[in-house]
Amino acid sequence: MKKVLAVTGLALLVASQVQAEEFKPAVVYGLGGKFDKSFNESVVNGVARFTKDTGIKVFEFEPTNTPQIEQGLSKMAKRKMNPIIAVGFDEANALEKVAKENPESKFAIIDSVVDQPNVESIVFKEQEGSFLVGALAAMASKSGKVGFVGGMDIGLIRRFECGYEQGAKYINKDITVYQNMTGSTPEAWNNPGKGGELAKSQFDRGADVVFAAAGGTGLGVYQAAADAHKYAIGVDSNQNYLHPGVMLTSMVKSVDVAAYNTFKEVQDGTWKPGVKALGLAENGVSWAYDQYNKDLITADMKAKMEEIQADIVSGKIQVHDYMADNACTY
Amino acid sequence: MDFYVIAVLTLDATVRVSAPLILAALAGLFSERSGVVDISLEGKMLAGAFTAACVAYLANSAWMGLAAAIVVSWSLAMLHGFACITHRGNQVVSGVAINILVAGLSIVLGLVWFHQGGQTPNLPNTARFTEIVLPGAEAVKNVPVLGELYYELIGGHNILVYIAFAAVPVVWWIVYRSRFGLRLRAVGENPKAVDTAGISVAWLRYRALMLNGVLCGMAGAYISTAQNAQFVRDMTAGQGYMALAALIFGKWRPVPVMFACLLFGFLDAVAVRLQGVEVPGIGVVPVQLIESLPYILTVVLLAGFIGKAIAPKAIGEPYTKER
Repeated sequence: MKKVLAVTGLALLVASQVQAEEFKPAVVYGLGGKFDKSFNESVVNGVARFTKDTGIKVFEFEPTNTPQIEQGLSKMAKRKMNPIIAVGFDEANALEKVAKENPESKFAIIDSVVDQPNVESIVFKEQEGSFLVGALAAMASKSGKVGFVGGMDIGLIRRFECGYEQGAKYINKDITVYQNMTGSTPEAWNNPGKGGELAKSQFDRGADVVFAAAGGTGLGVYQAAADAHKYAIGVDSNQNYLHPGVMLTSMVKSVDVAAYNTFKEVQDGTWKPGVKALGLAENGVSWAYDQYNKDLITADMKAKMEEIQADIVSGKIQVHDYMADNACTY
Repeated sequence: MDFYVIAVLTLDATVRVSAPLILAALAGLFSERSGVVDISLEGKMLAGAFTAACVAYLANSAWMGLAAAIVVSWSLAMLHGFACITHRGNQVVSGVAINILVAGLSIVLGLVWFHQGGQTPNLPNTARFTEIVLPGAEAVKNVPVLGELYYELIGGHNILVYIAFAAVPVVWWIVYRSRFGLRLRAVGENPKAVDTAGISVAWLRYRALMLNGVLCGMAGAYISTAQNAQFVRDMTAGQGYMALAALIFGKWRPVPVMFACLLFGFLDAVAVRLQGVEVPGIGVVPVQLIESLPYILTVVLLAGFIGKAIAPKAIGEPYTKER
């Protein structure tokens, strides 16, 4: 009896090990947390859809501080998880290290580039989506002044701002674009009080549309817009539902699709490392139009938006990428 | 827009930002004047913010949220007291423990209760402290100079802002004019003398901490149910420490403490408005510089340049009756 059990146990162990090397998807979320109603939550949705479609459980890790990111990634790699998605630019350093130590694992990172032979880097052309919502903001603005509230002051967020500014000026070249960054530490992603104050300061100066690219801080910006009866523009996820009538639109990054596709490609064996840049043409970024904001968008505005979108895809409009030269020149 | 309007709106923002700092700093004042170091202002505010957001959402009432925030913050103050008055533990360690406890617990409970990653659901305006329009404010809104002042700066705040500013003279009266205040000051300077007079040092300090808890709870409720409309993890973002700095800056006296809070709030409001703006003759001021000004000022003060900040003598020392 004992022998039988031992053999069965051994067989199970072998079986599970074989399976382990096949396909065990995992995600390490960013510091914003799984349910930030924004960037990370979008990944959560993609993961949930993957599990629903395939019945395969995805292992998840939610770090609460920076050192935990590396621990989480390397723990996932040690458990033979494959592929492992790192969510967010702030995981790049940790992933670089872990990817070197675990050359046989497949990794993907969203929003940053890690140059390793076993890493797929998925980046978005945020400037293109921001250009679109900037144009819409300029169309909706009556005062000729629009605002932008960023989270942490980094190149990625400046890229949002630059595209937004360029889009607004495309519609109205005399428009004033106010911009504020919440701070220079990761705390800037979770400071709705400060976000609200920044938005109010822009409203005080006459802005009537504000675009927030600031994670949890953005929630304070949207609340301030709702309190002051101004328009706000959401980011990453479709946030239109948060304050119907206030949310003009959202600059949606299809992070969910990116995560879903990465899993799918690894499962199908078509996965490739390298940089994958997703823009308007690839449906990587878009502006949200749904039942919550359709009353705010006139037919003219919608037609203009579609025209601009087509022009960006065709290359007629060139949107400047801030991170290309660390300057907002266009 | 003319300069006057900008100035009024900046002061208006100053008032909004300073209100929670004032409440928290006054809370710290009671505790530290009694001789108990309170580094846990941050944690108690965070607990208050979390509780207020939860209860206000469930009961659909900002006042219920405020009451619950006060109860929870009060309980944490009592825990602090139990550790460092009754058991004579290290006051800083106990305070830090409370901060860590609350930072973690608020996220965990939020996750379990609301499944939104540690956030609480967005509050409708019926469950928030909203802006109060003072009588006649709409009518005088267009009167030049005074109309702006009345409508923007004096009016248009939520009730907790008024409570925060009203608390300053009340605290001043308690500390300098009441019997309790006299004993409070004495126990922070020389607990032995108070003990010799037949007054319980422990009970006095507990009472100071009770007031401390109530004020911290209000500060927390302000952040989640007045300034914002939900709880987000770590949303106090260091304001408890700012309040502590203001307390030192104001030399543990209510009115100067209020001005210190207003100064910090003003620097914050100006920083927000100065981002990216060209100042004539200087150019663009780096945001990091303005953001760090409150801390720089505190360090300068602590170094003794702006005048000495003398802490209550018995601060940080647990009182031992007999050796």
